[in-house]
Amino acid sequence: MKKYARAIMVIAALTLGLLFVFPMWKITLLAPQYPTGISIEIFVNNITGDISNFNIMNHYVGMKTITVKGFPELAYMQYIVLAMMALGVVIGLFGKKSHFWIWVVFMIAFGTVGLYDFYIWEYNYGHTLDPAAAIKVPGMAYQPPFIGRKEILNFIAYSFPALGGYAVGISISLAGFAALIKRK
Amino acid sequence: MKYINKMKSVLTLIVIALIVAGISSCGQQAKDTDAFRKGALSSDVASRVYVAPGEYDEFYAFVSGGFSGQLAVYGLPSGRLLRVIPVFSVDPEKAYGFSEETKPMLETSFGFQPWDDAHHPELSQTDGNTDGRWCFINGNNTPRVARIDLTTFETAEIIEIPNSGGNHSSPFTTENTEYVVAGTRFSVPYPQQDVAINTYADKFKGMLSFIKVNPESGLMNIEFQVLLPAFDYDLAHSGKGKSHGWTFFTSYNTEKASTLLEVGASQNDKDFIAAINWKKAEEYLAQGKGHDVPANYKHNVYDEATHMATSNQMNTVKVLLPEECPGLVYFLPTPKSPHGIDVDPTGEYIVGNGKLSADLTVHSFTNMIAAIDNKEYDTIIEGIPVLKFEKVLAGTVKAAGLGPLHTEFDGRGNGYTSFFISSEIVKWKVGTWEVLDRVSTYYSIGHLMIPGGDSKNPQGKYMVAMNKITKDRYLPTGPEVTQSAQLFDITGDKMELLLDFPTIGEPHYAQGISADRIVSKSKKIYKLEENNHPYVAKSEDATKVVREGKDVHVYMTMIRSHFSPDNIEGIKVGDKVYFHVTNLEQDYDVPHGFSVMGFENAEILVMPGQTETITWVPSRVGVYPFYCTDFCSALHQEMQGYIRVSAANSTTELKWSLGE
Repeated sequence: MKKYARAIMVIAALTLGLLFVFPMWKITLLAPQYPTGISIEIFVNNITGDISNFNIMNHYVGMKTITVKGFPELAYMQYIVLAMMALGVVIGLFGKKSHFWIWVVFMIAFGTVGLYDFYIWEYNYGHTLDPAAAIKVPGMAYQPPFIGRKEILNFIAYSFPALGGYAVGISISLAGFAALIKRK
Repeated sequence: MKYINKMKSVLTLIVIALIVAGISSCGQQAKDTDAFRKGALSSDVASRVYVAPGEYDEFYAFVSGGFSGQLAVYGLPSGRLLRVIPVFSVDPEKAYGFSEETKPMLETSFGFQPWDDAHHPELSQTDGNTDGRWCFINGNNTPRVARIDLTTFETAEIIEIPNSGGNHSSPFTTENTEYVVAGTRFSVPYPQQDVAINTYADKFKGMLSFIKVNPESGLMNIEFQVLLPAFDYDLAHSGKGKSHGWTFFTSYNTEKASTLLEVGASQNDKDFIAAINWKKAEEYLAQGKGHDVPANYKHNVYDEATHMATSNQMNTVKVLLPEECPGLVYFLPTPKSPHGIDVDPTGEYIVGNGKLSADLTVHSFTNMIAAIDNKEYDTIIEGIPVLKFEKVLAGTVKAAGLGPLHTEFDGRGNGYTSFFISSEIVKWKVGTWEVLDRVSTYYSIGHLMIPGGDSKNPQGKYMVAMNKITKDRYLPTGPEVTQSAQLFDITGDKMELLLDFPTIGEPHYAQGISADRIVSKSKKIYKLEENNHPYVAKSEDATKVVREGKDVHVYMTMIRSHFSPDNIEGIKVGDKVYFHVTNLEQDYDVPHGFSVMGFENAEILVMPGQTETITWVPSRVGVYPFYCTDFCSALHQEMQGYIRVSAANSTTELKWSLGE
């Protein structure tokens, strides 16, 4: 088993590549008049889905318009991922056990910062409301759930990691496993 | 005095007796009336037609709107009206025939026709099965055939039929939708000319038309016409299976009467079914036997990419003459002015419904071919052999009822025939011709419909009767009452009445299809990026107002919950203002409407991703509001704007804005 540690580390690094194929996170809104729900999907470098319908709906309460440009993170996050992939492959091929652990710690750090950044965005998105909004509900904020399900007025909002998000978790787990079994 | 008292008591007794007799006879009449009204409703059938809120019906029914000129779509078994598709008549609700994009659809060689009489919907078929791609329907008054696209439920095409008068025996597809047909109910002078009406027998002709349907695009063209004697060609159905390649038309007025037809056209004991071998016709066309005849008709096509219709002038048509084309046409004698003609699912039996008869005449395709091969002719009329009746006859459904009109099939070897005069449907066995069951209809049924009932594989669960008279079936609504259809369950030995439901116009024929053949193909929105309308504005940045002389083009957008622009100034009295309005929404079921105060026009109702144009020639100065007519959102009432109209000679600057 131990002889596979390097291969597992390389696979762990390459798994991050799935971030370019699948979204990291998905937010869905469900309501009686949206029986099939409307969703946005957050990629490492893009946002897709029913953005215009999100915006049309949310503008009534004065929420900001979601645009790709509104997320500076989307411009550079992909390079961090690419760098971590390259670093992971190099470490996998030539690194020591301690390097393996360093990569894992870096990844956990990046992941935590990313999630915190996402939370801050959600908070701002839900709390920064245009004072000229057509509909004002006193004391009401529209922050989507960080993770899970939440009822907001007539909507039920769902927020969960998507395949790309799971890929990050799998990548870190694989790298951690490789570090554990790695000989010095 | 005593005498008078006696008289009194006798009189009282007589009066009492009369009252008792009166009441009891009234009671019997009331019972009979009640029995008539309820039909054979024995058990609780409500649950069998109940489609719970949010659930879907099992079948679509496409029911002709008759003299409304439109096509109505219902769900079965609930009988709920889902949509009225404008086809041959203007519809101000949808701006059909009012918007610049749809006006060309109603152009004919006579000019703009705002109305027609739509009779027979016919679904496209593949291998003899309904395929849910298109629905065709005939325009009876100014002869036309329309094609409705079943991804959008919109009229996609209308073609006018030249040399024809009253397109009744239409459209009735062949089994792979190679052709839909058109046959003239009223023979007319050929070529059309100024002649005395009493020259009918000499100068008038009947024309049957075969319209080729492009298998990919659905686009129609009149491939050829067949010139026939001046009879009235009433209804048609194409062969299937073994009889694929033939189309059968009933005729009446073989007497060639041109006045008081109710007597004059009812004299001959037998009229004819015209059997047309269209595969033979294709051979003759390939041999160059078709005559290029000058004609004057319109072909109108709606382009989904530009959201716009164009009307094309057509100038020629190919005509085949039976005397030059042996084997193209045969006449099958059929008793008593046959009306409906229906071919059973195997394609072997051709049912002629002699409307002045009590019996049904069933011809055999095999017998017909044998009679043709053996030249079993009674006579030859204008080059067309008349086959010997007894040589083609397969059997007769005896004394089935009075006034048979139409037959449909259930796919289990049974035929169902409507009887107008006796107001009933009779179920009979194909092959043995025995009557199995009969059920009353309320009242005076015309057509009947079983989903796929004129195809190779009927979906024989329900049957719909479309009635000509409604009388007392519903709450009264003054002298004009609703039109009506009735739904029957035909899965058992006995036909069972389930439901009455009101319909629009006068329902003639209908088609039914299981919903799964259509639902998955139904479009939800038009994609904005695929919109190629010449006056589209794909974003608010692209909106503008352009003056070209007296024409002013407004490139406008609509999205929840505003128009862009919503303030327009610099319009002058006498200008022609074109509002080209694009709905920027890309979400299901978010149409927006648009109308201007006093604009002498109809609202436009613009679907997501679509552009529509409505015009306005302002006649007086002022500032006029416009607004969204389709309740679209929480701020729908705010979706409004103003347009300023200045005097014709004013110098008001042309400008437009939103939110300034």
